[in-house]
Amino acid sequence: MGKSTVNPCLLALADGTLWPGRVFGAIGERTGEICFNTGLTGYQEILTDPSYHGQLVVMTQPHIGNTGVNAEDDESQRAWLSGFVVREASPITSNWRATQSLDHYLRERGVVAISDVDTRALVRHIRTVGAQNAALSSVDPQPDRLIALARSAPDMNGLDLAKEVTCAEAWQSAAGSHHVVAYDYGIKHNILRLLTAHQCRVTIVPAQTPASEVLALNPNGVFLSNGPGDPAAVTYAIDNIKQLLGRVPIFGICLGHQLLGLALGGKTYKLKFGHRGGNQPVKNLDTQRVEISSHNHGFAVAADSLPQGVEVTHVNLNDNCVEGLRAASLRAFSVQYHPEAAPGPHDARYLFKDFVVLMENT
Amino acid sequence: MKRTDLHSILILGAGPIVIGQACEFDYSGVQACKVLRREGYRVILVNSNPATIMTDPEFADATYIEPLTSDIVEKIIVAEQPDAILPTVGGQTGLNLAMDLRRAGILDKYGVQLIGAQVEAIELAEDRLKFKEAMINVGLAVPRSGLAQSIAEAQAIADDVGFPCLIRPSFTLGGSGAGIAYTSEEFSITVENGLRQSPVHEVLIEQSVLGWKEYELEVMRDRVDNFVVVCSIENLDPMGIHTGDSITVAPAQTLTDREYQRLRDMARVVIQTVGVETGGSNVQFAVNPANGETLIIEMNPRVSRSSALASKATGFPIAKIAALLAVGYTLDEISNDITRVTPASFEPSIDYCVVKVPRFAFEKFPGADAMLGPQMKSVGEVMAIGRTFPEALNKALRGLELKLETRSQLQTADLTTPTAHRIFDVLAALRNGATLEEVVAQTKYDPWFVAQLQLLIAVEHELRSHSLETLPLELLRRAKRFGLSDKQIADLLQASAASRQPPAAIRQHRLSNGIIPAFYRVDTCAAEFEAFTPYLYSTYERGDEAEPTNNQKVIIIGGGPNRIGQGLEFDYCCVQACYALKQLGYETIMVNCNPETVSTDYDTADRLYFEPLTLEDVLNVIDEEKPTGVIVQFGGQTPINLTRGLHAAGVPIWGTSPDSIDIAEDRVRFGGLLRELDIPHPAWGSATSLEAARRVAQRIGYPVLVRPSYVLGGRAMEIAYEDSSLAAFLAAAAEASPDGPVLIDHYLEDAFEVDVDAVCDGERVVIAGVMQHIEEAGVHSGDSACVLPPYKISLYHLNIIQDYTEKLGRALQVKGLMNVQYAIKDDIVYVLEVNPRASRTVPFVSKATGVSIANLAARVMAGQTLEEIGFVAMPEVDGFFVKEVVLPFKKFPGVDHRLGPEMKSTGEVMGHAAHFGHAFAKAQMAAGTPLPQAGAALITVNDFDKGAALKIARDLHRLGFTLMATSGTAAWLSRAGLPVTTVKKVSEGHPNIQDLVERGELQLIINTPLGARAHDDSRAMRMAAVQHNVPLLTTLSAAAAAINGIAALKAKDLKVRSLQTHFRVQR
Repeated sequence: MGKSTVNPCLLALADGTLWPGRVFGAIGERTGEICFNTGLTGYQEILTDPSYHGQLVVMTQPHIGNTGVNAEDDESQRAWLSGFVVREASPITSNWRATQSLDHYLRERGVVAISDVDTRALVRHIRTVGAQNAALSSVDPQPDRLIALARSAPDMNGLDLAKEVTCAEAWQSAAGSHHVVAYDYGIKHNILRLLTAHQCRVTIVPAQTPASEVLALNPNGVFLSNGPGDPAAVTYAIDNIKQLLGRVPIFGICLGHQLLGLALGGKTYKLKFGHRGGNQPVKNLDTQRVEISSHNHGFAVAADSLPQGVEVTHVNLNDNCVEGLRAASLRAFSVQYHPEAAPGPHDARYLFKDFVVLMENT
Repeated sequence: MKRTDLHSILILGAGPIVIGQACEFDYSGVQACKVLRREGYRVILVNSNPATIMTDPEFADATYIEPLTSDIVEKIIVAEQPDAILPTVGGQTGLNLAMDLRRAGILDKYGVQLIGAQVEAIELAEDRLKFKEAMINVGLAVPRSGLAQSIAEAQAIADDVGFPCLIRPSFTLGGSGAGIAYTSEEFSITVENGLRQSPVHEVLIEQSVLGWKEYELEVMRDRVDNFVVVCSIENLDPMGIHTGDSITVAPAQTLTDREYQRLRDMARVVIQTVGVETGGSNVQFAVNPANGETLIIEMNPRVSRSSALASKATGFPIAKIAALLAVGYTLDEISNDITRVTPASFEPSIDYCVVKVPRFAFEKFPGADAMLGPQMKSVGEVMAIGRTFPEALNKALRGLELKLETRSQLQTADLTTPTAHRIFDVLAALRNGATLEEVVAQTKYDPWFVAQLQLLIAVEHELRSHSLETLPLELLRRAKRFGLSDKQIADLLQASAASRQPPAAIRQHRLSNGIIPAFYRVDTCAAEFEAFTPYLYSTYERGDEAEPTNNQKVIIIGGGPNRIGQGLEFDYCCVQACYALKQLGYETIMVNCNPETVSTDYDTADRLYFEPLTLEDVLNVIDEEKPTGVIVQFGGQTPINLTRGLHAAGVPIWGTSPDSIDIAEDRVRFGGLLRELDIPHPAWGSATSLEAARRVAQRIGYPVLVRPSYVLGGRAMEIAYEDSSLAAFLAAAAEASPDGPVLIDHYLEDAFEVDVDAVCDGERVVIAGVMQHIEEAGVHSGDSACVLPPYKISLYHLNIIQDYTEKLGRALQVKGLMNVQYAIKDDIVYVLEVNPRASRTVPFVSKATGVSIANLAARVMAGQTLEEIGFVAMPEVDGFFVKEVVLPFKKFPGVDHRLGPEMKSTGEVMGHAAHFGHAFAKAQMAAGTPLPQAGAALITVNDFDKGAALKIARDLHRLGFTLMATSGTAAWLSRAGLPVTTVKKVSEGHPNIQDLVERGELQLIINTPLGARAHDDSRAMRMAAVQHNVPLLTTLSAAAAAINGIAALKAKDLKVRSLQTHFRVQR
């Protein structure tokens, strides 16, 4: 039954609140920013999304692990998040594609997790108090020590995490008619799958690659990927994008969107507790239609900071935050949310086609 | 943007409650009425069901309680000139009626447009073949199939799709007539039956996906093609069992994101392809557990039972939003009531688990096939919310009120056959050591669910090794987190303890150790935003969110799952009570677990607790809220059964005292009261053994009515004509109520029965309505047609009835509602029973009199006197109001279709008119068996009735009917000079009555059996009549009423009148 051993495990927030539970996944100790995801499905994609690097993720869906993990749904080569918090870990795996149980997978990848946490109370706490750091330990669940540990963890503000998750060297995806150079700030596999499905040949380059090297590759377009951390801290990326603007069509997602906004002269700010889930209403201001979209962002571009010539194309109807922007004359556009989904709804896939059209019209 | 070209909208209701179509369409209709009026439209409503909340005059500008036929609706269209018709909130009935109106050219003739769903979309979704073609054209997979209009065509299709295969008749409700065939013999029988039941004589034969996983998505779309999934639902029971009969779970638990998003993408294509421009739809999928192959099964282009469930499961009000979309709004223009700050254009995320469990009534239908299949057989459902699946499941199971919680004795049960109690058998099998693999192989449940059940069983086993003294608090808390009730824990502990602990001891132990539930909110967003709507469920977590107020507050306990004898009528009363108490300034708090209802709309009471109605769960809410008063009078027998426990716990119960309730329920105390008041009642006795029962029967004389104590809807009530049948009935009664003695009353054969609803304030007793039953006294009052005002009772008897009612109300110190049943025989008025609570007839009386008596009763309970309210005299009734019942026999082939003292009807309709005949004719039309105006009438009556039957035969002859009769009756009629053809009884060879019915050669049957044997003889004839919709009258009083109706129909066309006009004219 997997649950016969009742091991104490403790999650402590920097504000001193304690959230006890049971050991799940790897034995160990981690710190990071606590955040929550309201998606009902997709834990495997979340675990492997590099954008969660440095974060402890609380799942609001109480039953986690039901379908185990499989060979196809990883969004990167490894699990990135610092810790995983759930209400109820499944004792078994039930799915025709499953190759492994979630528990084994977490242990194999060294993800420290905790179950039997009152996740709803925790989420309400985060919603009320806002984002903060936390510490999770299944080694030595001593409250005071863990609270101190949480307090000593680095603040997400000002943290460049892209450099920690990017690839070490450039690599190529399958053949295609449009050559796209993708900056890897923590790129998800499904972005590459969709670019490939749209007849793009993608060269994935490390985050620090200078603009000149990128231009030397003679791309039809440049893609700015998703990724973790504070966009304002990734100054080298902002500089590179500034150099690329106007010289090649650009499409950005998530961190890539924030970096584009900064390169265009805008500002970013940290949200109280971010958007993470698969049910967010985003309005496309061109079509006036609403897309149910997949989100994972703790920062956003400030609408009033954008200079002339840059228009907001998408807004979040829950809090009116900027979800998309376009600098038409510079042939650059980006979205804050995740048109590649994985996990989440597929309503915004048209953006990949838009990128191809932009490249074709150049 | 809101459409400004529309001003008035006609909403089509769903008609009577039947299996497959219940309270959920009152819920959707009420939402649509409320929101469209708020938007400034003139709302016209038609529904034949007087028990609905939507037909209360305040919900529409014009309310028509009229038959749902195209002829009648045409008259309403002529009178009201609506701009548009909204057909999507009235279930299958609403859609079918809209299609009838269209086919009859009525929509075009009067220039009325359909909103919500267009004719083309309805046709595409409803026509299985067109639907499949459309799906294949857009690249979606569907099961292989074909349509057949004959056995031969069917055979050819079966050769292609193979066995087992599914057979579904086209255009029937709740899968009526559907079946699975494993062999060619079964195939022929099911196809024949299906062809007969289909109004278009057509069946679909389909590749079987038995044992596949079944999913549903509840989706919405607006006019600019915004699309959202409100909820995913996973069926625990696999494909092959109607989703209405399946245990279902929300959200889906065993799909990865990739697989779930695939369903979502497919659902979007389905709703676009079918062309539902605005509103909600339900899309069903089958998924092969071995490889994920996914097929589209069907879609409903309207709100449904599943959408009601999805609304309650997520807090997203689908019907309300569908109505707004139908008048032109887009999803982003509508705000989310619960969060207030976010729009409706999102997909709810939930951080709990919802389980729905169906409630069956097979005990009411001996001989019915209790195996579940593609035709829905359940009569109601319970929904429960917990943080985990086991917690929600346990809450739902105890919400069924079945006494089956620990059905653990079974050693080997057949889990392969889907039955009403399979979940209990699965739990028992796991308790007895069955492995996960064994259970999965037999049930085709997804292994994940079985693993969750195993966790639950493991906790049970741990509890068994403890007594209350040794029970670790950690284990007790864990047991509560798994949803185990105090009673279950007490039963489990008892195994090793020397003395058995009552559930109250567990409760006390819990409370003193701080193990109490927290109440969490249903907020549509998994806590991402603050919830402003106190829609709550209990769970054993720590972060209570109830935030009870210090207001003066009243808890109203609802009726729980629909069952035969307790349904919509009681929800009506609860909702009325909410409105009345709100008007008086009280905070209203509803506790209920039935997801179909208006009472469980977060918009009805100020606060809603979605909880099982057991003493433990209700006390938890009371502990949290500390109410000023608790009302048990409106929810039927369920809250009445809690009264003793609540009283013992010191809960302030408003209204009639628990002691008075006990007097009315306890036959000995009640007999004493009647003696004291000098009110006659049929001779009676009680017995705990067969010997004693025989002695009672000898003393009071046969025939006798045998019944258990403390049951609902006449459960296990029977009439025994001699010693031999007494024994069998006694055994059944003892099983239905093992704790109480069996009650034996002298049965007043051929008496008139009268129902009285009254309101009392402890001193004054005011009768609200006197209803005369059209059927004889042996028929359960819930199954009898009745008329208000009485049309055949003398003033002398009415005065006696008034006198007795006042005496009883005062003697019992009734505060609130009281229902008294009388029988009149040989000039004596007998009291049969008194119920000091809301009765099934409360909504009917309210509609007929224009006085909301549940509202008045709630005011009385809050301390107002009837004089203060201004209700001091029986309301005058203008014209006649006839209530007729609807029976579910068609769903249970093989069951005898006879009425008796055990209630079997599921719903009711009303007909009203200035003359009794027209009112009766309308009621019959609304019930689906319109009276014929010509043709052949068969008369077969017992000797006792032959004299009176002569007049009826003569009237029918004068009205132009051809007379037919069985030999005895025919001889009698011939002797009187009437032309009559003799026909054979079923037992006399062919061609007999049954053959005539099947050939459509009989338009009316009058059959009055007497005594047990006669009842059995005519069984086949009755079954044939019901299956072929031939009006069947089993009492001469009903026959006389029918003749009255036929004569009225021939003399004058039916008229329609809204309740608003009716009461304006009257006053």
